This record gives sequence, structure tokens and C-alpha cells, in this order.
Amino acid sequence: MTDPHIPVTEDELHAYVDNELPAERRGDVEAWLVAHPDDAARVQSWRAIAEALHARYDSVADEAVPKRLEIERLVRQPRKWVYGAMAATLAAFIAGSGVGWVAHGAAATPTAFQSFTVDALDAHRLYVVEVRHPVEVPGSERAHLQAWLTKRCGWDVRAPELAAAGLKLVGGRLLPGPTGPASFLMYESTSGERFTIYTAKSEAEATQMRYAAHGNEGALFWTDRGVGYVVSGGSDRGRLTQIAQSVYDQMEKSGG
Amino acid sequence: MTAFRQSVEAMIPALRRYARALARDADIADDLVQDTLVRALRSERLFLGGDVRSWLYTILTNLNKNRRRSLARRPQFMPLLDNNPDASGTEAEGRDIARALATLVEEQRAVLLLVMLEGLSYREVADIQGVPIGTVMSRLARARAHVKASLEGERAALRRVK
Repeated sequence: MTDPHIPVTEDELHAYVDNELPAERRGDVEAWLVAHPDDAARVQSWRAIAEALHARYDSVADEAVPKRLEIERLVRQPRKWVYGAMAATLAAFIAGSGVGWVAHGAAATPTAFQSFTVDALDAHRLYVVEVRHPVEVPGSERAHLQAWLTKRCGWDVRAPELAAAGLKLVGGRLLPGPTGPASFLMYESTSGERFTIYTAKSEAEATQMRYAAHGNEGALFWTDRGVGYVVSGGSDRGRLTQIAQSVYDQMEKSGG
Repeated sequence: MTAFRQSVEAMIPALRRYARALARDADIADDLVQDTLVRALRSERLFLGGDVRSWLYTILTNLNKNRRRSLARRPQFMPLLDNNPDASGTEAEGRDIARALATLVEEQRAVLLLVMLEGLSYREVADIQGVPIGTVMSRLARARAHVKASLEGERAALRRVK
């Protein structure tokens, strides 16, 4: 029970309009509004706002749903979507200012995905500083390296050609990944900057490209056909993006 | 189609309405909806029951927040809304409410739209924004006061011109 003589608060007026007020208090508020025209006018203005919102935006809900939002299409054509999303994410990534997750998952779900990016960044940091033994198989044995990693990993491991970006294949190694083997390829420029490409089996079939940064290292990562890719390098995001784009394009063309 | 996918699909019209009012640009709004759907579908196996509707609004609200954060350092462009002198009264009112929304800070706009346009409860909005109910109520009160003043200010300006 509530006391009708208790003054109605502003919070109660809002709750009244939004049907959040306990039923037994509604009568009190209605009586209060009769006696307080200023409050009644405010309540009326809030209702007018609701009407204006519905008048302006309800028609959007009545429009035919655009083809690109159809569930069947989104489920059936993940790769097509990934390509478009990648462009959008890259644009956001170039425009983005903060360090950290760009386009971070809302519901905090892709934790496995993120942890494997952390694995890749760890491997990157561990091996890029190696002068004498950064890799197990040198880049001069490219064909052997690809065949060996493909056999051990179980998916097609290819060392993309990154000469256009001024990078030469140093070589590669096999690593323990989150759920099995992972491949690790290292590239180097004439000035000594190193980039690595890590691949491991992923639970997700396909995801859009995302960015992660840790200290002075940045990584772009995505999943395609059940394989996760992480391209790691320095903090120059424009450079990293250019290289990741090239890796992605070559994987796409190879058809896996 | 799975029950999960069906319940996601049933929400598309409402998500588009919310996104349009939130982002105020049709293309950006549908991008947000698409991104929301892709994330939801990707996480299908991780979704252990619960309210799909609230969850989708949560994803969309967060994606828009991220989007705005990534744009925060870029210059803001205000759309030129008054380029159609023949607009009918309803269209003019639609422009007014759109412009009033544009003046709100992000959190307040989301609360206002989730409660007034999408009909969510204070409790649901509190969960979506990850804040106490009291915060939702104060954001809503401020948003309403702001929109009211904005709409009244526009009408007063209009009268002066006439």
C-alpha cells in the first residue's frame, strides 16, 4: 500500500508514463496530475515525444528487409560477407585512434579466438628477436616448408609472396596451437623489420578481420574456412594492414 | 531453420528501426544491423537460452558505441536537413525529432530509444548498458528534458521566422 499524500516524485512520473509504476500507485499519480497542471503538461510532452518517435521511425520496421540482411544469406555466404566486412573493418581500423580491440565483440563471446591471437603474438615476440635460429626451416626451402607444415597441420599452409611489400620469407616453424598444431611463418624486410603469419584451426568458420595491439606489437586476425590467421608486426598499423590485406588476397585466390 | 535463427530473424525489423534512430543514417544503420546479425549467428552455439531480443539490442548498442569511439577523433559533419521546403507537416516533425535526437549524448539517446521506441523495461535497459536501474532512469529523465527543450526551441524559432 502506498500513501496518496506522499508527493509524487519525478521518477514516479517517468515510471508512470513507461508503465513501470506499481499498479497500486497509478491512481495516486493520476490524482496528482489533476491537481498539478505543470506536471500533467510535462507528462503530456513526454508522450508527444514517444508519438513523434513512432511517427518518424515505425515505417522503417515496415520496410522490406534488404537482401543483405536476410538470415539465409548471412548463414550461407559467410565468405562473401567476410570480404565486405573486412573492408569496413579495415576502414574503421585505419580511422580508429585507440589501441586495443577494434570492433570488439559485444557479448564478449569470441574468447577462444582472442586467446589464440594472444598465442600468436607471444610466438611473434618470442621469435622475432632471434638472430640465429628464428625458424626451423629456412625460406630458401619454401616448397619443402609448405609441404611439411601442410602435412603436419592438416590444412593448406602456403607462404604468401610479399615481395611487393618489401618482405622476404625467412622461413617457418611448427608450434603447438590451442587445439593442435599451428604454423608460423616469418618475413623480413631489408631494414630488418619482421612480420609473422600464424595459422591454427579455429572453431568459427569465418569471421571478419580484427585488430589487436599489445605493447609495441600489433596483429590483424581473421578466420576463413575454419582456419584462423594472425598477421603480427610492429605498431605501424597502415603497414600491417597492407601486409594483412595481401596475405588475405592470396589465400582467397588460392581457394584453400 | 533453427528456432534460434527464427527468433533472430523476427527481430530484424525492430533492430533496423532502432539502428536508424540511433545512427540517423540509413546505410550505417543497416551496417550495424548486419554486423549484429553476423555476430549473433556466429555465436549461436554459445547462446544458452535467455532473451534473444535483449541480447541483440545489447550487441547493436555496443557496436554503435565502438563505431562512435572509432570516429571520435574525426570531424563531425552535421547533415543539412532543411533542403526540402515542400516537406509536409509530418515530415517536418520527423526532422525535428531526428534533430533533437542528434543533440543527445550517446547513452541518453540509447536509453530514450530503447524505452520509448522499442518498449523495453528499465531492467532490460539496465542490463543492456551494464548500469544500475537508477542510472537508466536519470539518463531517461535528462534525455526527455533535452528533447523537449530542443523541440520547443525549434518551434519557437519557427514562429519567430513567420
